[in-house]
Amino acid sequence: MAQTKPRPPLPYNMRDIVLPGDAACPGCPIPMAWKVLAAVFREKMILVIPACCSSVVVGAYPGNSIKASVVHVAFASAAAVASGIAEALKRRGINDVQVIAWAGDGGTADIGMASLSGAAERNHDIIYIMYDNEAYMNTGIQRSSSTPYGAWTTTTPIIGKTEHKKDVARIMIAHGVPYVATASVAYPHDFYAKLQRARRIKGFKFIHLHAPCPTGWRFDPKYTVHIAKLAVETGLWILYEYYDGKIHLSGPSRPYMDPAKRKPVEEYLKLQGRFKKITPEKIEEIKKYAEEYWDWIKRHM
Amino acid sequence: MGKLVPITGNYAVAYAAKMARVQVVAAYPITPQTSIVEKLAEFIESGELDATMIRVESEHSALAATFGAALAGARAFTATSSHGLLYMHEWVHWTSRARVPVVMAIVTRTIGTPWNIWPDHSDFMDQRDTGWILGFGMDNQEVFDLTVQAFKISEDPRVYLPVMIGLEGFILGHTTMPVELPDQKELDDWLGPRRQGYVIDGREPLAIGNLAWPEDTEEMFMDIQKAMEEAKQVIKEVDESYGKLTGRKYGGLIQCIGCSNAKYVAIAMGAWAGDLIEAVQRLRDEGYPVGVVRIRFVRPFPIEDLWRIINGVKGVIVFDRAISFGAWGQIYTDLVAGLAQYTRNLPVISNIVAGIGGVNVTHTDFYKLVKNFVDIVEKGEQPPVFTWYHRR
Repeated sequence: MAQTKPRPPLPYNMRDIVLPGDAACPGCPIPMAWKVLAAVFREKMILVIPACCSSVVVGAYPGNSIKASVVHVAFASAAAVASGIAEALKRRGINDVQVIAWAGDGGTADIGMASLSGAAERNHDIIYIMYDNEAYMNTGIQRSSSTPYGAWTTTTPIIGKTEHKKDVARIMIAHGVPYVATASVAYPHDFYAKLQRARRIKGFKFIHLHAPCPTGWRFDPKYTVHIAKLAVETGLWILYEYYDGKIHLSGPSRPYMDPAKRKPVEEYLKLQGRFKKITPEKIEEIKKYAEEYWDWIKRHM
Repeated sequence: MGKLVPITGNYAVAYAAKMARVQVVAAYPITPQTSIVEKLAEFIESGELDATMIRVESEHSALAATFGAALAGARAFTATSSHGLLYMHEWVHWTSRARVPVVMAIVTRTIGTPWNIWPDHSDFMDQRDTGWILGFGMDNQEVFDLTVQAFKISEDPRVYLPVMIGLEGFILGHTTMPVELPDQKELDDWLGPRRQGYVIDGREPLAIGNLAWPEDTEEMFMDIQKAMEEAKQVIKEVDESYGKLTGRKYGGLIQCIGCSNAKYVAIAMGAWAGDLIEAVQRLRDEGYPVGVVRIRFVRPFPIEDLWRIINGVKGVIVFDRAISFGAWGQIYTDLVAGLAQYTRNLPVISNIVAGIGGVNVTHTDFYKLVKNFVDIVEKGEQPPVFTWYHRR
């Protein structure tokens, strides 16, 4: 579903905050997402980054590719450090700076889960963004609990992953936090609007950002946005917000409530080397999983 | 003038944190640390202390959140014990590497398995290589004084390193003793406002912890070593100025009791140094020329001060309440390594490891052990380098 008319650009000079010359791989979704963050918060953000690709993407000391504050922290603790910073800022009366925990899927769904859960339960005034490239990319494409079913990784090298993806957004909804959303690097306007809503809400905000990785998913770097869009258009990745006790389906995903409008799942899978050896049975399983995901969405709208 | 109150060692820590006007406390409960954070929670909820308490879900997050708050400009505090300290070990290193002033109390307890909640120094001595300044009290008054001083030391621009203050669980932690609290106003003037090398609060773009090349990383390590050296002077200055404020001066990194004319020196750290002092006084009454050196700071290691005492004595006996398996007690190891720079003609030095897992060691035990050591050396014999003192 292509958009019928072009959207206006984000209100932001692309080279202001996210500076040229970072250390990302070609086609990396991380700087793309940071540009959206910068459009919302400008310099007034503190990114708390645990061990992940982003620790490298900002570049080596004394360089720094983001003109905002960055705190690199030990792997399991992005949410905990962000909690401490947010409380100190509140105590010091600084209320125009957004504390953002920016962590990968490993640092969120696996090793960081306890500290994420703790910070969410305590409802600190922070935004936690899980940028999800669906494996441990920084260490060389090892399986995480957020890797999708059937995907090749270096630790699922022959059979592929035999379990489905952990649904962290749903876990965060169960925490009763005031705002949870899913987003995608292919839809910057949608992501922008979600960040704008999140910044106006007091308390803990969680955004699960789908971020296709050319290196780890084995696709041509020019297709990052294309593949991220296909994930939404095939109905495998659903964009929504959760607040006031229910799911609000986001614009880009709305047409795909109707299964007939969705593109075939195979279109998404075939562009990615990580699904090269997938069997028809496994594709059926992926479709079944997507169907159950949609059922859950529809039940909570 | 101050006010005398009967409080436990744990409460002494809580009162010290309160009087230092900490702004953020992040902590997770573990025996025997709990009453520190319970008391601080009470201070905060009753409005006696204007601070934020973050009741985290683990010790790893306790120090991570304390670090975050301190980084963003708050005077921050936490406390833990034993497995809690081990669980946050990654953050213990991270905090000192970032040069963020933080104070943490360690109510010492042994390490499992087996489960055992009684005190020794295993957890505390495990932190020697972390880049934290490590101080240890002997009684509740000193625990209070050290905790307050820890903020001053940690926030000194020559140092900017985190500080850990140790006290034995139960022996001090849960035992009530009279503690003199200084006047709040006088203490405020003495301690001054929060100081730190840099603040990340979003007012200007600043990054900490970016990937660094080998040479840059090594230089950061070298800077910490330099700060440790500077800390020796700072600790003495703080002891001096605090002494003027309260009338209690301890002597800096070590405290000497009867060392001036001693031919033998017994060394210990923590509450049991009190029992050792009692034993040695009895020995001196019987004509044994023995002095006691009490270690107050393990890091930076006070080798210069120790050499001044040890230079010229016949024998040194070191009591360690922890062990580096496969080697010896840690104070013994550091002492012997440090002395090598001064002389090749060392006195007789013996190491006794005792009191592990909470085994009680009394002044009578110390009396027997020190007497036996002196008698052997006087006979011209060589006592064993290392022995367990174990009985049931």
